[in-house]
Amino acid sequence: MADLRVNFAGIECPNPYWLASGPPTNTYVQVAKAFDLGWGGAVWKTVGEPILNVFSRYGSIDLGPTRMVGFNNIELISDRPIDENLREITDVKKKYPKNAVIVSLMVETNQKSWHDIVRRAQDTGADGLELNFGCPHGMSERGMGAAVGQDPGYTCDIVGWVKEVAKIPVIVKLTPNITDITYVARAAKKGGADAVSLINTINSIVGVDLDTFTPMPNVGGKSSHGGYCGPAVKPIALNMLSATAADPDVGIPISGIGGIATWRDAAEFISLGAGTVQVCTAAMHYGFRIIDDLCDGLSNWMDEKGYRSIEEIRGRAVSKVTKWENLDLNYHLVAVIDQDKCIRCELCWAACEDGAHQAIRRLPREFGGPVVEIIEEACVGCNLCSQVCPVQGCITMQPLPVSEKPVTWKEYQAGKGTLAPRGDAVHTAKWAPHM
Amino acid sequence: MPQSNPVSFSASQGAQLPEPHVTPPLPLTQLEQNFAEIAPPLTRDAALVESSKCLFCHDAPCMIACPTHIDVPSFIKKIATSNLRGSARVILDANPMGHSCARACPVEVLCEGACVLNDRDEEPIKIALLQRYATDYALEKNLRLFEPGPDNGKKIAIVGAGPAGLSCAQDLRRFGYAVTIFDAHPKPGGLNTYGIAEYKMRPPVALAEAKMILDLGVELKSGVTIGKDVRFEELRSKYDAVLIAVGLAATRRLGIPGEDLRGVLDALSFIEHLKTRPYDGTPVGANVVVVGAGNTAIDAVTQAKRLGAKHATIVYRRGPEEMPAYEYEFMLAKKDDCSFRFFTYPKRVIGTSHVTGLECVRSAFGPPGPDGKPTLIEVPDSTHVIECDMLMRATGQGRNAELLQIARVTIQDGKVVSTLPNVFVAGDCASGGAEIVNAAAEGKLAAAQINTALGGQPMTSDRDKLLRA
Repeated sequence: MADLRVNFAGIECPNPYWLASGPPTNTYVQVAKAFDLGWGGAVWKTVGEPILNVFSRYGSIDLGPTRMVGFNNIELISDRPIDENLREITDVKKKYPKNAVIVSLMVETNQKSWHDIVRRAQDTGADGLELNFGCPHGMSERGMGAAVGQDPGYTCDIVGWVKEVAKIPVIVKLTPNITDITYVARAAKKGGADAVSLINTINSIVGVDLDTFTPMPNVGGKSSHGGYCGPAVKPIALNMLSATAADPDVGIPISGIGGIATWRDAAEFISLGAGTVQVCTAAMHYGFRIIDDLCDGLSNWMDEKGYRSIEEIRGRAVSKVTKWENLDLNYHLVAVIDQDKCIRCELCWAACEDGAHQAIRRLPREFGGPVVEIIEEACVGCNLCSQVCPVQGCITMQPLPVSEKPVTWKEYQAGKGTLAPRGDAVHTAKWAPHM
Repeated sequence: MPQSNPVSFSASQGAQLPEPHVTPPLPLTQLEQNFAEIAPPLTRDAALVESSKCLFCHDAPCMIACPTHIDVPSFIKKIATSNLRGSARVILDANPMGHSCARACPVEVLCEGACVLNDRDEEPIKIALLQRYATDYALEKNLRLFEPGPDNGKKIAIVGAGPAGLSCAQDLRRFGYAVTIFDAHPKPGGLNTYGIAEYKMRPPVALAEAKMILDLGVELKSGVTIGKDVRFEELRSKYDAVLIAVGLAATRRLGIPGEDLRGVLDALSFIEHLKTRPYDGTPVGANVVVVGAGNTAIDAVTQAKRLGAKHATIVYRRGPEEMPAYEYEFMLAKKDDCSFRFFTYPKRVIGTSHVTGLECVRSAFGPPGPDGKPTLIEVPDSTHVIECDMLMRATGQGRNAELLQIARVTIQDGKVVSTLPNVFVAGDCASGGAEIVNAAAEGKLAAAQINTALGGQPMTSDRDKLLRA
């Protein structure tokens, strides 16, 4: 059986799954239950001067029958007294010495406040601290959360203050509400951070009630922008993770966050460089019991592939991400339709005809169809038809043998390499029948 | 084509198939169509779509409805995440008969009947087909999902390699016991191998399912009848505990004149005959009558029809409301164009050497009897004859009285137990006849009881180990 244990910036835990800071990690009862069920660690709901929350805090979007594909919230940090939070953190760490207990912190931007809260937080016996520089709603209006994470200078300064007194690893949680997340990741590193975690939630309005014209969540007829998360944000998180993991100027461990709901999501994050993964929305949707398949599925997959430890898969996909200019222009793909599997919905035709390169020929019903077939010389191998096809394995993308060696745009621009011949038809303007 | 070899049946006593064939057998290709699986497996697409529809309920009603309490949402979620190995393990950990239950469970009155989607006026999740999808994967890939526990030096004898015996054996091996199963049949699986309607499950599946369990290091002694080939006392002296899981004995006789005429047989022998030969090797009458209206009666009447009987009729002394067969089974027989004669009471089998008809009277409900239920009375002047050239009894099986007596099996506090130390009872011989899934649950319970009786520690599952690493 694969070994799921990890050592993340010196923090050891039985598996890479941490509950992210949020409503699921608000109390001793919740975190203890999660550890009993098998979670590897938990980042406590952000501790700071207690706040007042509004009622009505979440909005979500559904996709067909699937609920909460995207989720947003306007809840602030913990509304519980600091002492109470810290006492429960102490108790939970004592009861679960093998699990990672991380305290998320957010206080006003001054050295004394940070020194004070860091000292108190590490007295709990917690394994690490996570500085919440990410929340994009509410707290940011008060100069905290994303307001800090959007400013590399502030970020570096505060991390510096924290490191002056911290005796346990310091993780900086980054906001995605910024043009290039690596700038802030570097600033965190410069300030002395032991690790970063990303992404926090994305600024969002999830929808508008067309009866009242009030966006969701509706707080007495008004709304506010909130932090977006859930399965829908995973691609954004993966991109920021990839950029940070590949940046030699960052070079510290990364805890991956953003839409992780299944073991497959987790494996993808780990392959792009995450040392641990944090989960919140999926636990809010289905409860802590999802840890069963998160561990079991990952372990079975690793066994099947022959990977013995998390470290063996971590970062394996990082070097596979490159700039566009380094991609091979001579890599030639065409779509192939398996007529035996085709159920004649013609979605591929509609997509290719109107949305891509008119590379599918269609025999209509009245002429013996419906039958669709790929016009190979017009196909640009874009993948669209295989992505709209509702039948697994019906449309596959197959590489064609190419006469020339690989050549990138960068090389081609520099006059190196030879471009393999391309059919005239792949240029839309020449092919389109109405032209 | 005449049947050349005389046939003998373990479960029948003196009953015989019509011989030679009363009607010529249907062409083999037609028979193969007639016995095609009524619930073919899901494709990968269909399994992904179906598994994604499961709501993943907490404390799910489907799980509660299952006698083995398979964590249904968990195994379905694992299909959705392509963790098929994990999915199969969840199923077979809770229910070692997961393959056969996926095909033969009356799911509409169990898990699928309990699915919350029924309350949203939608079709329930296809739990049985998803269960089949995951467990088929385990068979295809020949997965070794469980490991035997470290040898604890204790030996257990199990009498009967049916669902209860095999389920018990799996858990006992996982606890670390040495297990020997004795079975009278040449092959393991019990009714799973010999008694499930062919269009629901084929013998190779039952045998493969049994093999997965036997491969944990269970010794199988086939063709051995306890009480005949081996004395029960010998088992007790050689083993630390004995489980009796022999199932039921022969079908009860009708107790009417003419029952020993040729062409009169019991339904289970007919089904066993069909399941152990090529489809054209089982003779069937042109007019088949089955007495009884339980699920075995339905299996017999539908399969007689599928073999080529022109008419296949159920004769039952009570009405459709009282019929023990499930609604689903009733509908199956209706779809196969079988007839039902309710409130019809057999009085005499007619024929000189071979059955030619069944003389019956009409019955009706009379005044309540001592148990408060209405008694059955004969309708005067209602004698009539139903013509038939094959008559099957499906009137319930009796218990194996001799063995149960030697094993001192009795009822205590409403439970069927043995009063002998370290002797346990499970499955149909304890329940009087139930579903595979009930037998599996009882077999697992027996394993836990044996383990407790012999002073073993409760078992930690693979899942616990994984999560507690």
